[in-house]
Amino acid sequence: MFRYFLKRLAAAIPTLFIIVTITFFLIRAAPGGPFDQEQTLPPEIMANLQSAYGLDQPILTQYGRYLRALAHGDFGPSFKYKDFSVTELIGQGFPVTLQLGVIAMGLALLLGIPLGTFAALHHNRTADYATMSLAVAGITIPSFVVLPFLGLLFGIYLRWLPVAGWEPGSVRYLILPVVALALPPLSVIARLTRSSMLEVLRSHYVRTAFAKGLPLHRVIMRHALRPALMPVASYLVPAVASIMTGSLVVESIAGLPGIGRYLVQGALNRDYTLVMGMVIIYSALLIGMGLLVDLLYAWLDPRVRLEQ
Amino acid sequence: MSTVMAGPPPPAGGLWRDAARRLKSNPGARIALAVICVIVALALFGPWFNPNSIETLDWSHVAAPPGLQGAHWFGTDRLGRDLFVRTLEGTRVSLSVGLVASLVSLIVGVSYGAVAGYIGGRTDELMMRIIEILSGLPLIFFVIFLTVIFGRNEYLLFFSIGAVGWLTMARIVRGQTLSIRQREFIEAAVASGAGTGRIIVKHVIPNVIGPVIVYATLTVPQIIMFESFLSFLGLGIQEPQASLGTLIAAGAGEMEAASWMLLIPGGFLAALLLCLNIFGDGLRDALDVKER
Amino acid sequence: MAPTSIRMHPTLAIDELSVGFAHRGANIAAVQRISLAVSPGECLGIVGESGSGKTQVFMAAMGLLASNAKAEGSIRFEGDEILAAPAPRLNRVRGSKLTMIFQDPMTSLTPHLKIGTQLAEVLVCHAGMTWRDARLAARAMLERVRVPEPMRRLNQYPHELSGGLRQRVMIGMSLLCKPSLVIADEPTTALDVTVQAQIMDLLRAVREEFGMALVLISHDLAVVAGLADRILVMYAGRVVESASAIELFRHAQHPYTAELLKCIPDISGPRLTRLPTLPGQPPKAGDIIEGCAFAARCPRAAERCRVERPVLQGSAGACQVACHFPLSP
Repeated sequence: MFRYFLKRLAAAIPTLFIIVTITFFLIRAAPGGPFDQEQTLPPEIMANLQSAYGLDQPILTQYGRYLRALAHGDFGPSFKYKDFSVTELIGQGFPVTLQLGVIAMGLALLLGIPLGTFAALHHNRTADYATMSLAVAGITIPSFVVLPFLGLLFGIYLRWLPVAGWEPGSVRYLILPVVALALPPLSVIARLTRSSMLEVLRSHYVRTAFAKGLPLHRVIMRHALRPALMPVASYLVPAVASIMTGSLVVESIAGLPGIGRYLVQGALNRDYTLVMGMVIIYSALLIGMGLLVDLLYAWLDPRVRLEQ
Repeated sequence: MSTVMAGPPPPAGGLWRDAARRLKSNPGARIALAVICVIVALALFGPWFNPNSIETLDWSHVAAPPGLQGAHWFGTDRLGRDLFVRTLEGTRVSLSVGLVASLVSLIVGVSYGAVAGYIGGRTDELMMRIIEILSGLPLIFFVIFLTVIFGRNEYLLFFSIGAVGWLTMARIVRGQTLSIRQREFIEAAVASGAGTGRIIVKHVIPNVIGPVIVYATLTVPQIIMFESFLSFLGLGIQEPQASLGTLIAAGAGEMEAASWMLLIPGGFLAALLLCLNIFGDGLRDALDVKER
Repeated sequence: MAPTSIRMHPTLAIDELSVGFAHRGANIAAVQRISLAVSPGECLGIVGESGSGKTQVFMAAMGLLASNAKAEGSIRFEGDEILAAPAPRLNRVRGSKLTMIFQDPMTSLTPHLKIGTQLAEVLVCHAGMTWRDARLAARAMLERVRVPEPMRRLNQYPHELSGGLRQRVMIGMSLLCKPSLVIADEPTTALDVTVQAQIMDLLRAVREEFGMALVLISHDLAVVAGLADRILVMYAGRVVESASAIELFRHAQHPYTAELLKCIPDISGPRLTRLPTLPGQPPKAGDIIEGCAFAARCPRAAERCRVERPVLQGSAGACQVACHFPLSP
């Protein structure tokens, strides 16, 4: 079990390395430099800038330098936020994004799984149809529509919650962004749970559990839920990707100082190092999530444990 | 446990008629189709009935609420531009991006999948491996990355959006092709000396058409969502051109004072995506296409 | 419940039970107006081909019918109506006094829970035991159903056990609360031939030890023969013959029973080159039959059999047969 995990970890590092390499060379191969959009600079200032950022060195030297810095957690200087390094920007933004993402993910799981189970237990009845219709809406209506609508309703008409803004430690500013971020994965999880739960409820071992005279909650919680969660577990990586994608717009709309907003700003400003750093961070997060899911699989089904 | 057996499989010719009947008996899909038709008709013909144009600035009606004044039925924005015309124009842009990019992803996905499934062996393995890697990446980051490198332009937008849609399509077509390849009529075609290309076009593609239609239908809303997402962030369609994404972005900034600027384009996008998805789901059930 | 009332009531009494399944708007009958009774300590064998409705009768008793099923009539367990009883009420007896063993032990145990947990939870839920005590009782039960190394088994998962062992676990699980009736649905069908005999021996032994009533459902008369006091033969959702085991084997009255008896290989007799099989197919569920359902395959069928349905005749408890032309009186 532990060795298997180490093996997967060892396989993840080259993947990350490949991503770093490809992004690095793609950026360097791009037409135009990072300072092209600014007013035409005198050549000597341009040269100064180039050498300050090490852009006058041969590309392989630059690559080697970037890798060495990366190994020490240094993503290089930001091209646009001139007084900050990318590492500093990530250090500022990451806790906000992480907080947002973890709460949204937790909400999606904590509500999606019970909703899906509820729908499965009321298969082909009104409660089932109602839940699944809501889920379709949750999946299809994008978060950049949902969040402003929520803001309009709860922020402007009802005045219960702030529309945008951020105050460290205050939950009020997080509620609407979290809800908007959690809705799509929540809906997918509810749908996945429902269909796999329906299948598990028809299985022989659930029939045995009912025949044993166990109360419904025990049959569901102890016998049916774990195998029904297998598809949800394999959805976790796409769910994290969906929350990351959502965090880009949600942070921009709600004015949260997270890395999603930095990434959008960086993209609009063509801030190479910033975007590179963000892509690397997001990839590392996704890969890490993949590892966690492998562990989760082993817990959900003991037969997986034996095979390794 | 006793199970009740289903009746004999319907004759092949009745498959489409059967599907049409099932689709008709699905009220959700019927309503969704009606709403889609209304939105498409509005997007195509609506602007003819309104005297305003997309870029005209009406300084006497700035940020006017919806009403009959100056024929600004949906109101105007900060610059006095008519929202009825702009929303419908945005819908048309979103729809055409959705259709064109879906068509691109359809052609790429079907050919890729058919080739991989038909040739099989190591080629298939390699081609599927590429798909696996691509679908593991969050594509929005990939697209943002491309916009950083190449700057913002519309061709890039089409290219990168087209790159999203074809993966699922290719996987489905490949699976279908693999199973069809083993059937007798392909052997017969091979025996009669038909070339690989001819067999793919003449025999394989017609037989995967059902699932392809279903996934093409489901790709359109996915791509519209993607396009409006990028436009919302300012990375897609650029001002003064309108897309539902840019209109919503503008509306979100003004919602405190002019909620219609958000509600109208937001409502259009939500209704469009919802109905396209419900109709696609209905089509999938009617044609009995299995998920993945 | 007062002991007198137990004496007054049969353990299980099924009266005019019908089970149907809603399918594409139609109602497909699986069981049609069946009545039967199981006395305390008795072993009743139920024999019939697959699709004859024999399992559905007892699924109805256990409250395990599929969601599209509809059951009518009455099922009383020790005098209490349990048909369509709400789950909390049914659970007072289900799994403790009234238990069931299923056909396929490979899929009938929850894959992700340890054997010990699956056994102990029955006692925790029904007898209010602590987990500690329940595990001890589970260990003792594994010994009684002759599972080797019971202590180790408690901590194993189902996939670590062989099919025969899993069926022993299932049997043990059904006995934990000293049931008055155990329903065994094809308990050996999914097992290897050598293991089948061991499981039948075990069932015989635990019956003597626990003294509970047993319903043994099988498609195979030979399996039922060794254990049953009384045998009920079902065909197309109805009882066609009911008699004591000895009587049934000595002179079967219904032609269907007679055909089934011919299919049993006789080890003592001369070796047959080919085992006789029953020609034809039973009617499909949902077919509407005017006369006797067996008429199409019956060697004795006459015109009357095709138009008039024979009713079950004879007094309950003695020999009963539903045939216009029974073999011997």
